[in-house]
Order: sequence, then structure tokens, then C-alpha cells
Amino acid sequence: MTVATQSTAMPTAGQHGLVAHSDGPVVPVQTRSERFRSVEVADFAPVTGREHEWKLSPVAAFADLTSGELDGARLGLETSGAEGVAVEWIARDDARIGTAGTPEERASANAWTNFGEALLVRVTGEDDKIATVTRTGLGATPRAAHTVIEAAPNSRGLVVLGGTGSARLSENVEVIVGEGANLTVVSVQEWDDDAVHLASHFARIGRDAKLKHIVVSLGGKVVRVNPSTHLAEQGGDVEALGLYFSDAGQHLEQQVYVHHDAPNTRSRVTYKGALQGEGARSVWIGDVLIGNAAVGTDSYEQNRNLVLSDGTRADSIPNLEIETGDIAGAGHASATGRFDDEQLFYLMARGITEEEARRLVVRGFLTEIVQQIGVAELEERLTAALEAELQGA
Amino acid sequence: MSVLEIKNLHVNVETDQGTREILRGVDLVINEGEIHAIMGPNGSGKSTLAYTIAGHPKYTVVEGEILLDGENVLEMSVDERARAGLFLAMQYPVEIPGVTVTNFLRTAKTAIDGEAPSVRHWVKDVRTAMGNLKMDSAFAERNVNEGFSGGEKKRNEILQLELLKPKFAVLDETDSGLDVDALKIVSEGVNRAKENTGLGILLITHYTRILRYIKPDFVHVFVAGKIAEQGGPELADRLEDEGYDRYQVAETASAE
Ligand SMILES: Nc1ncnc2c1ncn2[C@@H]1O[C@H](COP(=O)(O)OP(=O)(O)O)[C@@H](O)[C@H]1O
Ligand SMILES: [Mg+2]
Repeated sequence: MTVATQSTAMPTAGQHGLVAHSDGPVVPVQTRSERFRSVEVADFAPVTGREHEWKLSPVAAFADLTSGELDGARLGLETSGAEGVAVEWIARDDARIGTAGTPEERASANAWTNFGEALLVRVTGEDDKIATVTRTGLGATPRAAHTVIEAAPNSRGLVVLGGTGSARLSENVEVIVGEGANLTVVSVQEWDDDAVHLASHFARIGRDAKLKHIVVSLGGKVVRVNPSTHLAEQGGDVEALGLYFSDAGQHLEQQVYVHHDAPNTRSRVTYKGALQGEGARSVWIGDVLIGNAAVGTDSYEQNRNLVLSDGTRADSIPNLEIETGDIAGAGHASATGRFDDEQLFYLMARGITEEEARRLVVRGFLTEIVQQIGVAELEERLTAALEAELQGA
Repeated sequence: MSVLEIKNLHVNVETDQGTREILRGVDLVINEGEIHAIMGPNGSGKSTLAYTIAGHPKYTVVEGEILLDGENVLEMSVDERARAGLFLAMQYPVEIPGVTVTNFLRTAKTAIDGEAPSVRHWVKDVRTAMGNLKMDSAFAERNVNEGFSGGEKKRNEILQLELLKPKFAVLDETDSGLDVDALKIVSEGVNRAKENTGLGILLITHYTRILRYIKPDFVHVFVAGKIAEQGGPELADRLEDEGYDRYQVAETASAE
């Protein structure tokens, strides 16, 4: 059974509050598990922009990343470590590389073909700990990168993978969550206004392991972070969260894929975004595949967008594909609501200033995700960054 | 002694078909502690009057004045009017996604008072006010008006009236769409607010039934953008029997 719903919101003056699109038309989609995969860029045809994985992306803005030569040298990093988190460069032939996933599109394959060494972030030990790796100063050179984040069995930890400054980067991030491990990965995109960043994250969740994966996209001209999670062993659990604020001329995209492939696995996908300004654009595609081995699956995915001004566009497309009847639950929701003049009037009629009214609504809307990050300092910084976005800074 | 004065108010609205004149010279003086009922048929301009007092940007004042204790209300922004002591209970309260009732009330109270309310008293005040209005405490954590029934939205308006303590409140068809029980609860809330703060009330309604629970000092019949007749509570009884036809016929005749 395949259920797909699609909503494309180009707000109109009459749109109030949140409009649910959960009962949209049923459109058949290609079976996600049958998609072509390869680590070789030459195996993919040149990108035209008509492919299902590219059709909502501004492909002309990053032809260098999908078809050009990429510099695979080590990226400039700022790291703040913790005991039990090792950060090192490993060779292309390391056995871990390729164990969490395989590229499904050309930018990802191009990065895979061209990276030199991979960055390994290895988490061990049962104490909670936080490590941060920020990529910075990447400049205008089109680059390829590969990162492996590995949580040893029964380990716990939180890894922040950040990006600042200018960049033209295509990369793959493999997340290997060992048996019984509990890992949080926060990918924070705070690039400069001209940056282009295309990322594919591939997570493989071991038996009874848990991954919390959070994508925060604020800065960059085009930012596309596509996390795939393979719930490959029984009892695996993924909580995939996302937060984005798209302002004038920005394209922020995320294609989230969860593959339930073992008994009694659980997934929760919650992405929330705000859009403000002429040409602010967001794309969210959420594919959930419940394979025939995945009895007892419990799955729910949702995307909510808050539109703060005219001239924006939010695409929101949940797809659910179920190959077994024996599941605990599966659902999806998608809604795009507008913060409109009537809401502003209502709040101001209670004495609240216009600035405060906007802040109130956006903060209320996005806080649910911010609070999940679990790093107080980062939560505060992101809250401040969101308020700066609101003020058009 | 506070007073809200409306003098020769003319208001236009921009529509797709061009500018329309809706209010055509409204005069009204409301003193603190008075209840004025404005009654009129649909489309006569009652909500326009309410929105204009609150400062909704869609309505343009082309002539006349609104004064609050002598201050020019028309020069104030929407939020300044609220902070000056004006309150509008809306006919169709707006849903605010992502903002809980608790957060909204605290933010509004802080804005109106110019300082955050003392936490201990505030929490108690909110709980008491919600209890009085028979609102389940779960409402506090829901988003403002989101998924509320019509009656719940109206209660939420009166909750704000009781907590924000304005000098003057305009209640725009607060009674519409309420069953008898809800109507009583909401009316009690309005009467309680008046007892506690002595506010002046402009009670806009289409029907007379709310006047059984909220006793007006003055009744104004509103037809075609102005006050066609005014009197005491007995005027409401006459409207109950005769309806608005008499005024509308007169209006049509005078227009010819
Ligand atoms: N925003 C608006 N745009 C267009 N027409 C409006 C608008 N507001 C009010 N009107 C028109 O003005 C007239 C009075 O409306 P309203 O003030 O809502 O009346 P009432 O509240 O007495 O029913 C109606 O004919 C209505 O269609
Ligand atoms: Mg009305």
C-alpha cells in the first residue's frame, strides 16, 4: 500500500491558522526501496531537474556539485571534544565506510567518488557527553566530504556537526549506531548567505539502539540535508527532528527517509519550518517505508510550516509505504499555516507590540524542536539566531 | 471618571469593488460603569464600529473622532489602544498557532500593565477566572483558539476581559452561537468584570436574549451605519416584539 499526499502552500490572504492537508489526494510514488543506488557518480545520468529527487530543488544553482570536479581534501574544522569522543581522519578503504548507506542521487555519489579521507567521530563509553565539530572557512571551491559518526555498542553521546562561513559542499555523513547505543546527532547549518550545502545522512540503527537526529538549517543560499535511517535490527528507534527558517531568496530542503526493516522498530519524524520574505522556499519530503520484516512498527511523521509573509513557498510531501499488515501504528500529517494580519491584529488588540507578537508566534512554533536539542548553550544560541532571523538580520 | 466619546464617526472600507462607506456619522458617549447595548440587523455596521474603535487597519476613518478621556484614540496604534484601556471581544476570535493560552495571557497582561504580573497571584487569578467561566484547566496549555468550539472561543474572550481589566470593553456579538448555559456563563463573566472594575461596556448584539442576563442602561438601534433611535431598556423590549423592519423601511424611504 502506498499513500502519498502533497501540499504546496502559496499563501493566500484568506488562509488562517493551520490548514491540515492530511487528507490530500493519493498519488502513487515509486517504491522507495527500489531506487537506484551507487557510490559512483558516473553511474548516474546528468541532473536535469526533472528527476523526482531533484524536481523541487534549484539544480542550476549547484551544477558544480552534481557534475563538476570536487576537491576531496580535508575540510577546515573547529572541534571541541569530550572524553569518550575521538575525532580523526581515516582512509577511504576503512571497513566502516559504506556500511550505513549508499548514495541515491548524483550529488551524493559525486561526493562519495571524490572525497579523499573521511572524518571519523567515534563515541564510546556509557557516560553522557557532547562533542562539536564545526566545518568552517571552506570558501568558494566545490568540495566533497565524508564523515562517519560511530557510536560503540551501549555508548551514549551527542555530536554536533556544524557549518559556518561560505561553502560549496556536497557530502555524505554515515551514522552507525551500535547495539544498545543512544546517540544524538545535531546537524546545524549556519552558513553564510551565499553558501550551497548538499548533504546525505545515512544512519544504520543497531539492535535496541536509539538515534535522535536533528537538522537545523538557518543560513545558506541552498541547503539540502537528506537524512535516511535504516532501522535494520529489532527494537531500533529513531527520532528525526528538523527546524528551519527560510528567509528571502533562501532554499532549505530536507528529504527524510525512514526504512523500517526489522521487528518492533519505532520512528518519529517532526520537522517544523518558518518562512519569511520574497522567494523564501522550503521543501520537506518525508518517506516512510515499512518493509515486510517490520512487524510491530510504530511510525509517525509530520511536517508543519509557518508562513510569515507573502512571496514564500513551502512544499510538504509525506509518503507512507507499507508492505506488512502487522504494525502497531503508522501515520502522517502535514500542515502549512500562515501568520497573517488577523492574527497580528488579535495579539496587538491585547496590548502586545507587533515585534513581540511575531516573536511570540514563531518562538512558540519552533521551540518544540529547539527544546529537544539537549545542549543548553546551543539551544540558547539557536533561539537568539532565530530571533535575529525574525528581525531580518 | 473615564469616558469614551465617539463623535460624528464616518468610516469607509476598501473592497474589491472600490471604497464603501459603512459608518455614516455615529455619535455615542459611554461613561465608566455604563452598559450600552447596540442592536441592529446584520450588515448594519456594528462590527465595523467595533473594529474601528480597536483600530483594525482595514477600516478608514474619513471623518469624526474617538476620544478616550480626551485623548485622540485614532492616533494610537492597535496595541497602544489596548494599553490605554480599550478591549474588543471579537465576534470571530482568531486562532494563533504555536502560542498557548497561558503564554498569551501572561504576555498580554505584561504588555498592558507595563510589568510582569507577580507569578504567585497571576497563576491563581488565571485559575480562578478559568474556573468561573467553567473552562477546563487543560485549555491553558492549548494554542489560543486553535480547535476551540464557538462557545469556547467566546469564553476565552471573556477570560481575557476579566484578566486584562480594561476601562472600556466592546463585546461584538459575544452571545451569537452560544447555547443557554454558555450564554449564562459568559454573561456572568461580563457582569463580574463590571462589578470588579467598573468598566464601561458597549454590548453589540443582534438578538435581545443576552439582555436578560446583562442589563443595559441604554439601548441604541443601529441601522445602515448610524444610530436610528436610542432609549432605555424598554427599547429592547420593543425590538423583541417588532424587530428591525420599522427602521429599515424608514431608511429605504428616506434614501429615495
Ligand atoms: N472588510 C470588509 N470588506 C468588505 N466589506 C465589508 C468589510 N467589513 C464590513 N463590510 C461590509 O460592511 C457592511 C457592514 O458590515 P459589519 O460591520 O460586519 O456589519 P454587522 O456587524 O452589523 O453585521 C456589510 O455590508 C459588510 O459586507
Ligand atoms: Mg458583526
